[in-house]
Amino acid sequence: MLTIKNLQVSTEGKEILKGVDLEIKAGQTHAIMGQNGSGKTTLAKIIAGQQEGFLVQGRISFLGKNLLQMEPEERAKAGIFMAFQSPIEIPGLALASFLTSSLNEISKSRGERPLDPMDFSDLAKEEAAFLGLKQEFLARGVNEGFSGGERKKNEIFQMRVLRPLLSILDEIDSGLDVDSLKKVAQAINESRTRENSFLIITHYQRILNYIKPDFVHVMVGGRIARSGGAELALEIEEKGYGHLS
Amino acid sequence: MSKKLLEKFVKKDYELGFETRVEAETAPQGLSEETIKFIWQKKQEPPFMLDWRLKAYRYWLTMKEPTWANLAYDPIDYQKIIYYSSPKKRPGSLQDIDPEIRKTYEKLGIPLKEQEVLSGVVAVDAIFDSVSVLTTYRKKLQELGIIFCSISEATKEYPDLVKKYLGSVVPYTDNFFATLNSAVFSDGSFVYVPKGVKCPIELSSYFRMNTPQAGQFERTLIVAEEGSYVSYIEGCSAPQRFEHQLHAAVVELIAKEDAQIRYATVQNWYPGDKKGKGGVFNFVTKRGMCAGDNSKISWTQLETGSAITWKYPSCILKGENSVGEFYSLAITSNYQQADTGTKMIHLGRNTKSRIVSKSVSAMNGNNSFRGLVKVVRNADNSQSFSRCDALLIGPKCGAHTFPHFEVYNNTSRVGHEASTSRIGKDIIFYLRQRGLSEEQAVALIVSGFTREVLEKLPFEFAAEAKKLLSVTLEGSVG
Repeated sequence: MLTIKNLQVSTEGKEILKGVDLEIKAGQTHAIMGQNGSGKTTLAKIIAGQQEGFLVQGRISFLGKNLLQMEPEERAKAGIFMAFQSPIEIPGLALASFLTSSLNEISKSRGERPLDPMDFSDLAKEEAAFLGLKQEFLARGVNEGFSGGERKKNEIFQMRVLRPLLSILDEIDSGLDVDSLKKVAQAINESRTRENSFLIITHYQRILNYIKPDFVHVMVGGRIARSGGAELALEIEEKGYGHLS
Repeated sequence: MSKKLLEKFVKKDYELGFETRVEAETAPQGLSEETIKFIWQKKQEPPFMLDWRLKAYRYWLTMKEPTWANLAYDPIDYQKIIYYSSPKKRPGSLQDIDPEIRKTYEKLGIPLKEQEVLSGVVAVDAIFDSVSVLTTYRKKLQELGIIFCSISEATKEYPDLVKKYLGSVVPYTDNFFATLNSAVFSDGSFVYVPKGVKCPIELSSYFRMNTPQAGQFERTLIVAEEGSYVSYIEGCSAPQRFEHQLHAAVVELIAKEDAQIRYATVQNWYPGDKKGKGGVFNFVTKRGMCAGDNSKISWTQLETGSAITWKYPSCILKGENSVGEFYSLAITSNYQQADTGTKMIHLGRNTKSRIVSKSVSAMNGNNSFRGLVKVVRNADNSQSFSRCDALLIGPKCGAHTFPHFEVYNNTSRVGHEASTSRIGKDIIFYLRQRGLSEEQAVALIVSGFTREVLEKLPFEFAAEAKKLLSVTLEGSVG
């Protein structure tokens, strides 16, 4: 589904990614672990299309298309979703009307009919209830007055409604208490199918207790230093990142 | 925000900038007692009006143009303005209106016709430069006792009412622009709703400036007697011209006991070109008097046009339990500047006011909110709440808030909230990541931001206002 070849990214003369290779196939869940500043978030941004200010070399293909030449909204329509590390507040724009517009645009590009407002409302209410988000949040401005944990849940809520093919979850676990983490993990697990894939970016092994990845990669200094199975996460937890660098 | 998108903002077109070719009769350029006599004679007003106009003019000569507003513009030369301009042919009825003028209003989407049934219709007073060319549904409204005509006709046909109420809320000494208006005002609407009558249709006036260098001095007076109700809307536009044109208006509202007046404005005067050349200077005094107990006045304004807007629709809450409301949405783009807001003066007990002001600034646009809430010593248990939200699009525009509170009563509550947000790159990227284009993203944010005020417009005009909003922000609002 996603193939990254020798991705090199720099900004203001500083190299951030120094040749990353990664292949994610349909139905797989990958985790990227690493310390702050190792380049995890930059990798997520480049895949999602936040390229301004970066010098990018290498190739990323998504379902056979050259991703680096596509606008961010084209990538979203092709099936890429990013859950942001610090979701932004948009005062005055009701979450429900934002998500309706978003879903309609994405459905249109899939050749599907837009959902009628009643069906959308039912779907949104159901998914919000599942994540423990209050219904009144749908009428509020996007993330307006949401706590840190509610903002993270809101990202997963949007993912559930939009049903992307590849979900990049950038530190979805940070700022969540244990109960919320379990809820979010449950929602992610229920979204896993043979068709769709996940890229979970995290600092800590904690979330991987609830979501079992097929592959774990450890990033150090802009490179993938090691790749392995789920057991690699436990090794990191035990020995720390230090022994890899 | 990408450069491309900002450039699209600049290219927004003013769709109502056409000119009507019609023979006009105008006053000689400049202002003097002769000019005022000329206007008075043309309008065939009763003698008391000439006295009033001249008193105002002599007072005006002693006044100085105010400079406290957060506005920058070249000095206005009051001797270069034409104070009266009227189409030569004046219609006697709907049938014999000048076809050119009829076409003008058709292009503007203003119906100058009547239907048999009153449901879902809007009565229109059409004002072209200095004169009202037509008022529809006049006779039908008269059957209910409602007077709806131009203020010029009112001075002749209902001199006692005009004498009693004209200047009763905005005296001729009020301020520089209101005093000028009192001396030279040309036309506007007069509405009188008798006791207990609820006006069944929306009343409206549409102001069109056409003649070059002619100023427009609109004067509107609305009186709602005990227990009555009226909803009124005002729309405006002007041709595209390189020189600035002056519009100095005065609107007075009087609501008696248990009466309610809703007054809405959709202001779309020519805003000037993308370099800031031309455009209407709009200096307006609007004030409502909640004279009776339990009366209510609400102002709603959508300000999208003009190069300069100077306007503070206000309420004097004199009656006990009276309510004043102000809902405003001001949009400035290119080099437009708006200094607008409201005054709520709480005189009676248990009076309430609510202020919601939203501004959107783009390009080099500049928006200022200026508000005064005053609660006097005897106005027990009064409440006032204001909220001012500003939205900035791009790096060069500005928003300013100047709230002012004077509370002399311990049992009253006054609250104020303000916020400023910018549509920045991060927000745009967030929305693009969800499949929306940059234009769709801006459109969604603006429509979400402005919804609360647009909803306050009468139903018949909500769609029109939305359309206007999308024209004004064309390019960003796809």
